[in-house]
Amino acid sequence: MVIIKKQEVKMMRKRFLSLIIVVIIFGLLPLKAEIELVGAGATFPYPLYSKMFAEYYKQYGVKVNYQAIGSGGGIRQLMARTVDFGASDAYVDDKGIKKFPAPIVHIPIVAGAVVIIYNLPIDSHLKLSPEVLADIFLGRIRKWNDEKIRKLNPDIELPNKDIVVIHRSDGSGTTFIFSDYLCKVSSEWQKKVGRGKVLNWPVGLGAKGNPGVAGLVRQIPGAIGYVELIYAKSNDIPFASVKNKKGNFIVPSLESVTLAADVPLPDDMRVSLTNTDSKYGYPIAGFTWILVYKDLANCGMSREKAKALVDLLWWMVHNGQKYATLMHYAPLSEKAQRKAEVIIKSIEFEGEALIK
Amino acid sequence: MRQDSLFNLALYFGGFVAAMIMVIMFGILFKGSVLSIKNFGIHFFFGEEWNPPMEKFGLLPFVVGTILTSILALSLSLPFAISLAVFLGIYCSRGIVSNILRHLSDLLAGIPSVVYGFWGLFFLVPIVRNLEIKLGIMPFGVGIFTASITLAIMIIPYMSSMIVELIKMVPRELVEAGYSLGATSFDVVRKIVFPYIKSGVISGIILAFGRAFGETMAVTMVIGNVNSVPKSIFSPANTMASIIANEFPEASSGLYLSSIVYIGLWLFVITFIVNLLGNLIIRKFRVGENES
Repeated sequence: MVIIKKQEVKMMRKRFLSLIIVVIIFGLLPLKAEIELVGAGATFPYPLYSKMFAEYYKQYGVKVNYQAIGSGGGIRQLMARTVDFGASDAYVDDKGIKKFPAPIVHIPIVAGAVVIIYNLPIDSHLKLSPEVLADIFLGRIRKWNDEKIRKLNPDIELPNKDIVVIHRSDGSGTTFIFSDYLCKVSSEWQKKVGRGKVLNWPVGLGAKGNPGVAGLVRQIPGAIGYVELIYAKSNDIPFASVKNKKGNFIVPSLESVTLAADVPLPDDMRVSLTNTDSKYGYPIAGFTWILVYKDLANCGMSREKAKALVDLLWWMVHNGQKYATLMHYAPLSEKAQRKAEVIIKSIEFEGEALIK
Repeated sequence: MRQDSLFNLALYFGGFVAAMIMVIMFGILFKGSVLSIKNFGIHFFFGEEWNPPMEKFGLLPFVVGTILTSILALSLSLPFAISLAVFLGIYCSRGIVSNILRHLSDLLAGIPSVVYGFWGLFFLVPIVRNLEIKLGIMPFGVGIFTASITLAIMIIPYMSSMIVELIKMVPRELVEAGYSLGATSFDVVRKIVFPYIKSGVISGIILAFGRAFGETMAVTMVIGNVNSVPKSIFSPANTMASIIANEFPEASSGLYLSSIVYIGLWLFVITFIVNLLGNLIIRKFRVGENES
């Protein structure tokens, strides 16, 4: 009896071992079978990217694995060459670019906007000018019935209430775009606070993410805050129209954001879309970019994979654009698209262009 | 014999790995914060400004925020935790009521912290705001006070379930001897049960304190996230764990990232010190027991 049992145990062990080996082999196989691109970065375009990549997989069979870990994380991972592409809501400045082991390029994919939301018992869009906006966020204007706000909104009855400023507590491209705008319209803001993904705010409370800011604004009567246009739209939160550089009050919309980018743009597309010269463009807008090495051989990928990545980028700024409006993102303007094409064509593999 | 030495080896290995993980964690945190240590040194701890665009970093607002919320939460929850434990351990140790209460308090420990955060934001914040309006303070609703209440509720089950188990370990004879001498339940709790489990209660408190200290999500949602030294217990503030969670994902520049890791290092050190102090207190109590 005992001997048989021992034999059985041995058999079982052998079977178990061979099962493990088979599993491991099968686990390794698919890696070779198809191309998979890996990217990481901004959370803002994540809903759009996952839609785009799912469609791209259906049409071309190239799998893209995108992790929304935040712009900073995406930049760090690209620098460490652990991903094939990074994604960011703020462009890498000259100082940052020097830290990369090889030159990188920025490809704009879509534009987004930051809208001002508030908790006031009014029906129409509140009108705000750059000066008033800066004064509110600097803590200069503290009451809703301040004369400066009343002057801009003669038809609205504004309450005698304290203004409570709500800002983002987490590092965010939204904060970067908003502070970049305030820097351009207010020298005092530029000097006292500056621009960045996280700021040393003169007044107000912090909340995490768009839902956090919107939640706190909804909770506190008299609150004012800023969120992404997409978030405000998909949650039906009322937002303010803002006076642009040409003096027109613009209600933020996909069209007015695309229009903001309809101005002369630099060749490397590292540009902010805040306070542009566009006549009917919304002034607090910005691109979101995909970042790749200019020579993809630097990322340690094969020529085949490099070609797949460039094709994907080309598709994203052309056919892929139709998913942008569908998901409430502002598509690239004509001018921006032309510039993006030139940049994609400049991407190389071991010194050779991948698209002619 | 062979089995025995194998067993010993396994024990040594397990112990060694656990200790090494601590050392490695400290090492990695230290390595990550070298840049910030070089730049700010010890002044980092006393710096009152947290200003990423200007690359000025100081820890004081977060240390004060963390310690205030944790201590306030502890003192708010202690009376409830102890009375719950005494009720479940002595007054009503069996029966349906006791079972229901015990399961409910265990359930309280199992709720994810983000749910506590939501509850705090949507239920507690309006109440605190009304209180603030009555007190004539700027009615934010969020702040240290709200965060402390949320934390207090989160840590009650940690303390109470530990104390209940301790009470069960008190020898029956001692308790019965007390009753036979004509002591009331209150006397038994005060004079027999608590002196017996004193050191255990302290370690339960330290465990709960550690939980409050490191809690991130629930606190972030109700503390107001203002990076300056709080002026009162109603001020919005921020904690060390919360600032790391908020700013780490988007931090890209060297000194900024390094300063965030430096906060992690300080959190590590302070938690270590708190545990050490706790152990000292426990040891002192044990010595006292032996003497009597």
